[in-house]
Parts: sequence; structure tokens; C-alpha cells
Amino acid sequence: MKITTIALNTFKEAKRDRVLYLLFFFVAVCLLFSRFLALLTVGDRVKIIKDVGLASISFFGMLMAILIGTGLVYKEIDKKTIFTLLAKPIHRAEFLLGKFLGLVLTIFIMTGLMTAVFLLILFLHTFTVDWKILLAILYIFFELCLMTAVALLFSTFTTPILASLYSLAFYLIGHLSWSLEMLIKKVKSGTGRAVLRLLYTVLPDLENFNFKTEVVHNLPLPAKLLGWSLVYGVVYTAFLLLLAMLVFRRRDFV
Amino acid sequence: MGIVLELENVHKAYKVGFIPRKKPVLKGVSFQVNEGEIFGYLGPNGAGKTTTIKCILNLIFPDAGRITIFGEDSLRPRARQRVGFLPENPYFYDYLTGREFLGFYADLLGLHGQTREEKIGYFLKLVGMERAADLQLRKYSRGMLQRIGLAQALLNDPALVILDEPMGGLDPIGRKEFRDIIVNLKKEGKTVFLSSHILQDIEMICDRVAIILAGEVINQGYLGDLISEKVLYTEIIIGGVPAAEFNHLGESVSTSGDRVLLKVYEEAKIDQVINLVQQKKGKIISLIPRTETLEDIFVNMVKSQ
Repeated sequence: MKITTIALNTFKEAKRDRVLYLLFFFVAVCLLFSRFLALLTVGDRVKIIKDVGLASISFFGMLMAILIGTGLVYKEIDKKTIFTLLAKPIHRAEFLLGKFLGLVLTIFIMTGLMTAVFLLILFLHTFTVDWKILLAILYIFFELCLMTAVALLFSTFTTPILASLYSLAFYLIGHLSWSLEMLIKKVKSGTGRAVLRLLYTVLPDLENFNFKTEVVHNLPLPAKLLGWSLVYGVVYTAFLLLLAMLVFRRRDFV
Repeated sequence: MGIVLELENVHKAYKVGFIPRKKPVLKGVSFQVNEGEIFGYLGPNGAGKTTTIKCILNLIFPDAGRITIFGEDSLRPRARQRVGFLPENPYFYDYLTGREFLGFYADLLGLHGQTREEKIGYFLKLVGMERAADLQLRKYSRGMLQRIGLAQALLNDPALVILDEPMGGLDPIGRKEFRDIIVNLKKEGKTVFLSSHILQDIEMICDRVAIILAGEVINQGYLGDLISEKVLYTEIIIGGVPAAEFNHLGESVSTSGDRVLLKVYEEAKIDQVINLVQQKKGKIISLIPRTETLEDIFVNMVKSQ
């Protein structure tokens, strides 16, 4: 109940901060780029639209997760709104979870709206609906949930600017770390390989959520891969939230 | 009479500077607040009043010492079940309207249905914010925020109300209304913990006070015990007689027109002043004996430290 109240209030705050206006940018980017790039590229125009659309949903979602997420807790402390809130019989963990779910709800609604626009644009070009696209978007959403937890974690102990930089670094590492896996295969077994393996285990691999290529080019999507990615997302997000709660548990609000 | 709030030897130091050094803010604060009283927590700016309150509410964690609320360790959220809190210069979600704001806290406290609406309506009226109920908080003045903040603090029908500088930012009428509300809380059987540096407010409504200075409680007790009834001096305003006539009887503090304000320290000399005024065909405009005030005690204590 308390978590829901805080979550809904976080959503209300995002709504009143006119975050949903981002949707107009999304529509503009989608329409402009898909038309523009289609002119420059030889090949299937629909594939380009799908590619641009999915990339835009991912980009705008990530923008929201990082920019809003890094301010979530910091703003409460900075504006001192947290004083009256935590003076009520509320666990700090409930507060954090409420904030997290509030932003996840905001991102869910935004992603839903963007998806609707995206499907409409696609429909106008093909007069069919490719439901497989929803699967790719679902996994983008899982990635955004994870990124929200990352931003929230940094938000519990540093300023929004630093937290944004850290989150962005996390995002970039997350999308490049798959190359470590390739490297591991090429390195001979020994200390080097063990170190690389450890590094790959600790570092996030956000490419686990990337099914854009498979969907756009109609490649097979094994259920095992999808299932594993889901588990990876849930466990990693839970781990980050737990870490955020640990940091937040004994923090002084001076 | 039960003990509602108890602090035992609470210490807190903040880390300051690039290379963190510990700066002690609370140096062993101890006091008890009894059930049903208005307890004044008095101290100059930076003495550690707000830090103490934050320790009580678990917003910061003491380095040492123990705090209990209704016998429960303050570290447990359950201890705050029956506590209401109004912070100094309250900051709230400014995108909410007054009514939404109270609704948010009502939801957090698990109020719903008819009770929720009734309580919100009742407290909006109590703090005189009915007319601004549907205005966003960002359009509120400081005094209005203070009022809606008080409503928020009372929403869960708390048995202990903690108010940090509640009269700051209020106009004279607002201050009187706040005092009346606080006195009424006491009548309803609630305990009030009130921090302030405005001595007049504390003197008017508090039963007991604790005085904190540089992180230490240097005096505490019943207001009546702290302030003596002894007359320090008598202030007499005289009309129609020049000030020079009274040089041997008292200290003339100021003159305005044909009026003289005279401070007389010895009781015997008061009669002499009255006689002299009658002889000179002047008149006594006022005669006020000044007893020791909380301010005197406070200033003396601050000076002696």
C-alpha cells in the first residue's frame, strides 16, 4: 500500500514535469529518420522503419530511465521532501521500491505509447501488424527496468550529474561487454582467461536484451535464450535494488 | 504520567571538509518528555536542535546513545506510528495541491474511504487552508506551507507531535492561531515537543523546557522553577516632570516629549518617585514591575558558556 502510494506519486511527478512530451520527439524522430534513411538506403524500407523505431524506443526509454532515475532520490533529499516522508512509519526500503516502481510505471506507459505510434506507422506502410516486434520491445523494457535500478542505485549516494555519467558508463559497458565473451573464447585457458571470465560475470551484459536484429530480419528466437535473458534481467535488477537499499539504509539526511 | 520520549546520552558528529574531520554536533544529549505536556526545546541557531529532532525521527543515526519513543527503540519504523512531525521551513511536493498533498499522506498512513475524506476536510479547516485547498503548493506562501505542514503532521492523530520551529514565517495572527492549536493539542491529551529560538512562544505555552547550547543540554526543568518570580526592577513612565529630577532615584532610560521612562531598582524608591511626581504636579502614566524572563535566563546562560 505504502509502496503503491509512493510509486503513484512518482508517476504523478513525472507526468506533471511534462515527461510525456518526449513522445512528440519520438514521433518526429521516427517519422523523419525512417523517411530520410529509406531514401538513402537500397533495400527493404520497412526494415529501416523497424530498425529506427526500435532504436528510438530504446534510446528515449534509456534517456528517461537515466535522467529521471538519477534525480529520483537526490531530489527528495535536496528538496527536503524526504524528511516528512520518512518521519512516517515507513521503511527506507519501501520508499526506494516505491520510487523504482513509480519510474518503471512511467517508462511502461511511455513505452506503451511509443509502441502504439510505432505500430501505427508500420501499419500505414505494410497494412499488417508484426506482433513479433512486441517481443523485441518487451525486452527493451526489461533493459530499461534494469537501467532504472542502476540510476536509482547511483542516485542514493551521488548528485544527478555524476549519477548520470556513471549510469551512462554502465550502459556503454553493458553494450560492449559481449566482446569479452568473444575474447574469452580466443584466449588460452589460464589466469588470463579466469580474470576475463570473472570480469564478464561481474560486468553487465545488456546485449542479452537486444533482439532487434532477430526481429527485424525475421531470424529464429529460441525460447531458451528468451527465458535466460528474462532470468538474467530479474536477478540483476533485484541485485541492484538490494545494493541501493543497503546504501540507503544507514544514510544520514543532514 | 508515562514517559513518551526519552533520549539517553545521544552523540552525533558530522564529517566535514575534503579530508573528513569529525565535528561533534550533539555531545551527550539526555532528556525526557512526559505524557501530556508541551516540552520546549530551546537553543540558539546551530545549537543542535534540528539534529536532535532528526535523530529522534531516524533521519540521521546517532553515533552513540539511545532514543525511545513510547518505550520503543526509535530505529524501528513502528516507533513512529503515533508521531507527527512538522519540519523547519517545510518543503513538500510543490506540484501537488493542498488537498492532494494531504491525500498523499493519508494514503501513506493507510487511511481510506470516508475517514480519509473527513480527516482531510477537518484538518484543512483546522489550519485555515480550506480556500487554498485546490491550489498547487508552489503557489503557497511560507506561512501557508507551515499551516498545511501542520495539517500533515496531525493527520494520523499522533500522540506525540514534534514541531521544529513551527512559528517561523507566520504573521502575528498566524502565530496566535498556531499557539491556540498547540494548546488545544495538549487539551486533547497529546504530547507536544516544540523546538524554537523564539522565547516568547515557548514561555507562553510550554510546561517544561530544555535549553541546548553547542550540543549540550545545559538546563532543563519546569518553566516555573527556571524563572524566578523576583522583581528585577520597575519601569515607570512619568509625564510632566523633567528627567533630571529623578537622577537620585533611578535610571532614566529615555525621554520622549514630556514623558520619561525610569528604571527603579529598589522597591523603597518607588514610593519616593510617586511622591515626587505628585509634588511636581506631574502624572504617572504606567508602572510595571519586571520579573525575570526566559530570555534573561537564556541570555545569561549563553553568556556564561
